[in-house]
Amino acid sequence: MFNIKSLIVLTCIALPMTAFAQSPEEKGLEVAMAAKAYDKGFTDFTANMVMTLKNKSGQTSKRLIRIRTLEVEGDGDKSLSIFDEPADVKGTKMLTYSHGLEPDDQWLYLPALKKVKRISSRNKSGPFMGSTYAFEDLGSQEVEKYTYKYLREEPCGELTCYVIERYPAYKFSGYTRQVAWIDTEGYRLVRAEFYDRKKSLLKTLTSSNFQQYLGHYWRPGQMDMVNHQNGKSTLLEWTDYRFKTGLGDGDFRSQTLKRIK
Amino acid sequence: MHRPIAAFALLLLSANSAAEFFGNVALEAQHFSERAQFDDQFDDNLTLSFKPKWDGEWNDGNDLWSFELFLRADDRDGGREHADIREALWLHVDGDSEWRVGINTMFWGVTESQHLVDVINQIDQVEGIDGEDKLGQPMLHLKRYQDWGVVDLLVLPGFRERTFQEKQGRLRTPLVVDTDQAEYESSDEDRHVDYALRFSQTWGDLDLGASWFKGTSRDPLLLPGFDDSGNPVLIPFYQQMTQLGVDAQLIAADWIWRLEFIRREAESNDYSAYTAGFEYTFYGIMASAVDLGMLVEYSADDRPEGEAGAFDNDVFLGARFAFNDAQSSEILAGFVVDSDNRSRTFRVEGNRRFGASWKGTLELQTFSNIDADDVLAAFEKDDFVLLEMAYYF
Repeated sequence: MFNIKSLIVLTCIALPMTAFAQSPEEKGLEVAMAAKAYDKGFTDFTANMVMTLKNKSGQTSKRLIRIRTLEVEGDGDKSLSIFDEPADVKGTKMLTYSHGLEPDDQWLYLPALKKVKRISSRNKSGPFMGSTYAFEDLGSQEVEKYTYKYLREEPCGELTCYVIERYPAYKFSGYTRQVAWIDTEGYRLVRAEFYDRKKSLLKTLTSSNFQQYLGHYWRPGQMDMVNHQNGKSTLLEWTDYRFKTGLGDGDFRSQTLKRIK
Repeated sequence: MHRPIAAFALLLLSANSAAEFFGNVALEAQHFSERAQFDDQFDDNLTLSFKPKWDGEWNDGNDLWSFELFLRADDRDGGREHADIREALWLHVDGDSEWRVGINTMFWGVTESQHLVDVINQIDQVEGIDGEDKLGQPMLHLKRYQDWGVVDLLVLPGFRERTFQEKQGRLRTPLVVDTDQAEYESSDEDRHVDYALRFSQTWGDLDLGASWFKGTSRDPLLLPGFDDSGNPVLIPFYQQMTQLGVDAQLIAADWIWRLEFIRREAESNDYSAYTAGFEYTFYGIMASAVDLGMLVEYSADDRPEGEAGAFDNDVFLGARFAFNDAQSSEILAGFVVDSDNRSRTFRVEGNRRFGASWKGTLELQTFSNIDADDVLAAFEKDDFVLLEMAYYF
């Protein structure tokens, strides 16, 4: 009895209905899940980061950090930051096992004491190395860390972006909400606005110079985080991205922190 | 015939290409505010230290070498003028095993006010009374990663004597320690081979370590004697000992709980000691980026007063300010009170970075209400202020 025509008609009726039935919250979650799914399977990557802090009067200071990240199936990523500059922190390393809503596990290697110290990851909203990035801005972005609300779709530079709001679901966040511009093709986080606990605009992140790796994964070459309340900004310049380098669990152990170069 | 030579040259070249050189030079000025308790002790001192390090890797990072020196030039205290190899190490990684051969410095334990479990390296005491500066220890060390924990096996040939201030130095014992006359319980003296074993594991927010050490005690007994000219001195006597240690740390949101316990057996006495306490952190105090950590630790030692260490029944209260600014400014203030005799020591240390390569440290230490029987009685007049400027390269 079914013919192709009626099927098309049915589909045409059904599709807008599902779209209609989907709440902005569900659609927001759908975008976040699609973004995570798009990035899935990168396995591991390493990259170098130059972090330039700029204060209100334009004075700058620089940090050089090497990053190694391991994708973990069914949990947050493991990541290792190796500090090369400024010289007095050279050899300092930070290891993080991130876990969605549970607190992350974090260790710090202090070269002056030659001591590996387990530290609390409670300080989500604190500044990372005196920069305008909070620890929570640089952590692994797991879907369950936020609840979402889809706002709209709009052009963002040459791309088209989903604009979604996300509300931290983990404890101790410094934000009440974030507005994220995520492109519809490669799920690049092009721009984000961060609203503080008093709900005023605190910071804006702008990412640019995206490059595609392994023909699929997009990573930004530059990320600029401007704090509107104190006039400080921090520019991250990423270079030497390498994917699937063969890193494994053994490269992310707290007790290997001392020896890792 | 030339092939092995070429291969070796290639190896050196590849190792060399990954070699790095870094470290720091520091100028330190120290002023003691009170008249010295003992003859010849100085009131002001200016010293220079140099800590260069070289390291590199080859074989795809599975072989690493490192060489770290520490040198201090001190005009006034010959005991502080010294050089030490902190590291001269070859490290080989073989899957879940790591082999270390050479001289190394390591740290065990979790508590902040004293380090009971940390027993592998000798303390470089002339560099500080907190036990955090240590002398390089020759060792053969195997680390094994297992699913059920990490095991460290250490064979320690050769012993390092503790460093002591000479006659002109401050923060010294009433009688000078004559390190030239050091004595040992073992007939092998400083060639006695020591052994150590450690197990450590993480379960969620809990970190646990258990260790065992058998060999020459790093803490000498100081026995009365005479030097060559017949002057009374103290002679370090290094006993044999067995030490069992446990260290634990639990993180629970704003709280960090810490414990170190040791049981030490030696000919002179057997004793137990522990340090236990917590750190509670207030994050972003007064809507700033500043974190304030409050530290409380209690230490007990069941040896009789006089024989026990400085932490025999003592409470440590500390406050750590982390400013989280571009200069990484920090202040740590600590107060130690002996519950038996009310002897008090207070110490505050602040540091920050200047520009890209400089770091300044300001330290203040006072000793007050020190009981005549307390081991700190010798430091009673040694309140000091210290300023260090270090250049990192």
